[in-house]
Parts: sequence; C-alpha cells; structure tokens
Amino acid sequence: MSDTNAVVIIDYQLGNLFSVYQACLHAGLHPMITSEKRDLLNAQAVILPGVGAFGDAMMTLKKLDLIEPLKTQVKKGVPFLGICLGMQLLFTESEEFGHYKGIGLIEGSILRFSEKDRNSMKIPQIGWNTVYHPDPNKWDGTPLATIEQNKFMYFVHSYYAKPEHSDLILTQTNYAGLEYCSAIHKENVIATQFHPEKSGEIGIKFYRNWAKMINEYYRSEG
Amino acid sequence: MKTIRIIPRLDIKGPNLVKGIHLEGLRVLGRPEDFAKYYYEDGADELFFQDVVASLYERNSLHEIITKTVKEIFIPITVGGGIRTITDIRNVLRAGADKVCINTAAINNPDFIRQASRMFGSSTIVVAIETIRQTDGRYLAYTDNGREYTGIEATEWAERVEELGAGEIVLTSVDRDGTGDGFDLDLVTKITRAASIPIIVHGGARDSSDILSVIRDGNADAVAVASILHYNYIKHHNSEKACSEEGNVEFLLSRKSFSKIQNTTLHEIKEFLQLNDISLRL
Repeated sequence: MSDTNAVVIIDYQLGNLFSVYQACLHAGLHPMITSEKRDLLNAQAVILPGVGAFGDAMMTLKKLDLIEPLKTQVKKGVPFLGICLGMQLLFTESEEFGHYKGIGLIEGSILRFSEKDRNSMKIPQIGWNTVYHPDPNKWDGTPLATIEQNKFMYFVHSYYAKPEHSDLILTQTNYAGLEYCSAIHKENVIATQFHPEKSGEIGIKFYRNWAKMINEYYRSEG
Repeated sequence: MKTIRIIPRLDIKGPNLVKGIHLEGLRVLGRPEDFAKYYYEDGADELFFQDVVASLYERNSLHEIITKTVKEIFIPITVGGGIRTITDIRNVLRAGADKVCINTAAINNPDFIRQASRMFGSSTIVVAIETIRQTDGRYLAYTDNGREYTGIEATEWAERVEELGAGEIVLTSVDRDGTGDGFDLDLVTKITRAASIPIIVHGGARDSSDILSVIRDGNADAVAVASILHYNYIKHHNSEKACSEEGNVEFLLSRKSFSKIQNTTLHEIKEFLQLNDISLRL
C-alpha cells in the first residue's frame, strides 16, 4: 500500500489552502494540493476546504469533474474532512444567492443568518466563537476527542448548515440569536463550519486527532 | 455578546519590523517573524501586517515574510500595503494571507473593492481608512500612510466601502498613531455608527484601559495594537542582535522605552478586558 498519510487537499481555486497544508504537516500528515480527479481517487484521506460562494464552488467542482470521484471516496469509507464552505457543499441544497444544489451527502440545507433576529450581531460572523455539544460523549473517537467543551474556534461565514438528522450534529455554536450546527459527523465524514487551521493550537490538536483517526482506519483495514 | 479580537499590527519596512509616530519617523524594532511568533503564543486573535513603504515604491515585499510566518502560526493573517490589482491580491493570498487590506487603490478606484469582494468573498477584503482630523472637526481619509490628501469624508467613505462589498474596515487615526494619547473616541463612534461591518480600531493606545473604553464607548469590534506590545517585547528580548542593519536602528540600540506608552503583553490586556466583562478568547 502507498503512503497511508497521503491527504489530498482539493484545490478548486477558492480560499487559502496554504494554512490547511501547513496544519496537515504539523499533524504529521503528508498533504498534497491538487485539482486532479486521479489524485483524488488515489487519496488515503480527503480535505474539501473553501471560502467563497456556494454556486461558484459547485460549478468549479463540476467543471473539474470532481463531484463523482469525491462521492466514490466517501462511500468507500475514506476519511473525509470538509471545512467551512467545504462543509456546506456536502449538504442537499443552499439558499445562497438564489437556490443551488449541493453534493448531497448530508441531508439538510444551508441557510442565511437572519437579519431580523441578529440582535445587533454583525453578518458575516468574522471571529472567534465557542463550540460545544450537550452530550460530551459525542466527541469520543472524533477530532474533538481531547478538546474541552466551549473552546474558541475561528469562524468566517454568513450562512449556516441545518442537517435534517440532529444526531449528525458534532458541535453547536451560538451566534446572532441562533444556536446552529457548527460541525457534523457522519461515519467517515467530519465537517466543520469553523477553520481548525486558523484556530491556534486547539485547531492543530483537532488536525492531530484527525490524523490519529486516519491511522486507526488504515490499521483496522490491514 | 460579541467576541472582541485583539490584533497585533506589524508595520514592515524591507526585512524589518518598524514603528513610527503619525505613521512617520520609522524606527527599526527587530525581525517580524520573532514578534509574530511571540504574539501568536501569547494569544493574538489575528495578525495584521502592513508594508508601510509599499505604496510609496509601488511594491509589496512582504510575501517572503508571510510565507515564513504562516508555517508556524495558525491564526488569520491580514496583509496590507501596495495592493492595487486582482493579481496582487491573488499573490498575497497564495503567499499564505487570509485577508488583504486595501487603501490607496480603493480610493483611486472604488470599483476595485466591488471586483475584489465579488471574486474573493467579502470576508477576504478589508479596507483601511486612515484619517486626519481637520481644524473644523471633520475627519478626512488620507492615502499613502497619511501622506496624501483626498478630500474624502471618512464616515461617507465607510458607508460606501460597505456598500461596495468590503468585509471589514481598519480605522486608523493618523493623529493618534504611535503617540499613546488614547484612541480618538469621537472618530471611532462616528465610524461604528456609519457602517455595520466589523470595525478594527487602530492608533493611540496608551494602556489596557484605553482599549477597554474604545470597545465599550466606541463600540469597536476589534482593536489593532502595536506600540504597547512592541516596546515591551524589545525590552525583554535581544531584538537588536536579530534585526537587519537597514534603517533607523538608533532607538533600538539605545534600549530606551517610550515613556507615555505603558508596556504590556497581549495576555495582560486580555485578562484586564475579561475582568471588565468583555467577551474574548483567552
């Protein structure tokens, strides 16, 4: 078998991939930034990052012919991490600037923070906010396993995810008068609205824990 | 309750970290990488790098420093100075920055803000507003680190850049920069009322209580600080050995501190603010 730590960071020309790459290195992973379908299909783990507009991102992913291989990898059980827009894209649909269909791996939709209920909070949310889950055991065996409840992570977004099945919620966050889902966990898929690679040493811990999950996955696969 | 960000601002000239007064008279303080790492470890919420001579020479020489810095620093990085084209933005982001800060190019061509925010997302585009108070009490925006008069009224400009798609504003009082005279609360209040995007306030902090009052009374979303942190750092580190000989190093070699400004650390500032019921990441 090839290098078990080879992580493909999908490059679809949006956002800062440099820090995702550096965070992977710090976590002992061997990252590779690529837009090639072939690389994606050979990946031992996949990161879908992203900052920017939902519609544009879906269009670019389609143009690069990456959507089907991405689904194939997720269905195969390959460890997968979605970050920010990379989390939102996994959902069924988004209301961002109209209506767009997402990749559809997670049932639910992407909604905008309501101007009406925002209690003088600014939109987009740019800055630090806490993540928590009412059931602390929910984080066992996930990248949050060794992280305390209510630690600060870095967020930049105007839209949030609303999964249909609340048991997929890995973390919750409170902003603009709303408690929303800020990370999900479904089998081999972990996805966060926050940027662990911008969340200081706590974020690096998150990456290290994810690296541990990848190693365990390949060990059990033999 | 909103979470306030404390952002060390690092002014860069060539390979060195510098600091001036009223954005002028730059003194060399040391190697930017050393300061950046120290501030990261001490709890900085973001870092803000400004190439202070870029506009003058129409260049941005920060790329190398940024690329070196982001290898070890996992918080958001904003880079400003001499950014005038979409290609400039792309290059700075590729070097490892998360956001870019634009002043001169935005005033010369406001549509640049619209283009840039559409292409990279509003949250990537920060507009710097550098103001000087006029004798009649009005605040006007200046470019090129407070050197060039534009005649543009600061509050109107703040509203306009928000409309054009800017995600944040860095508001500098050139009058107060580096002086330790405290923030210009009148200016800050005017701008935080005019625009509804986050306002990062910069220029004039003497101590932690100045920072508290600009958050409480001025309604700032974030505070960018330089002198109060830098002078403390050089007092406790052998910065002069590490820095390049280029520029005015006399101040650094004299090991003097700057009397009006109370030296402090990020951690101390944050503890003080938290004691005063300000929500932040500690």
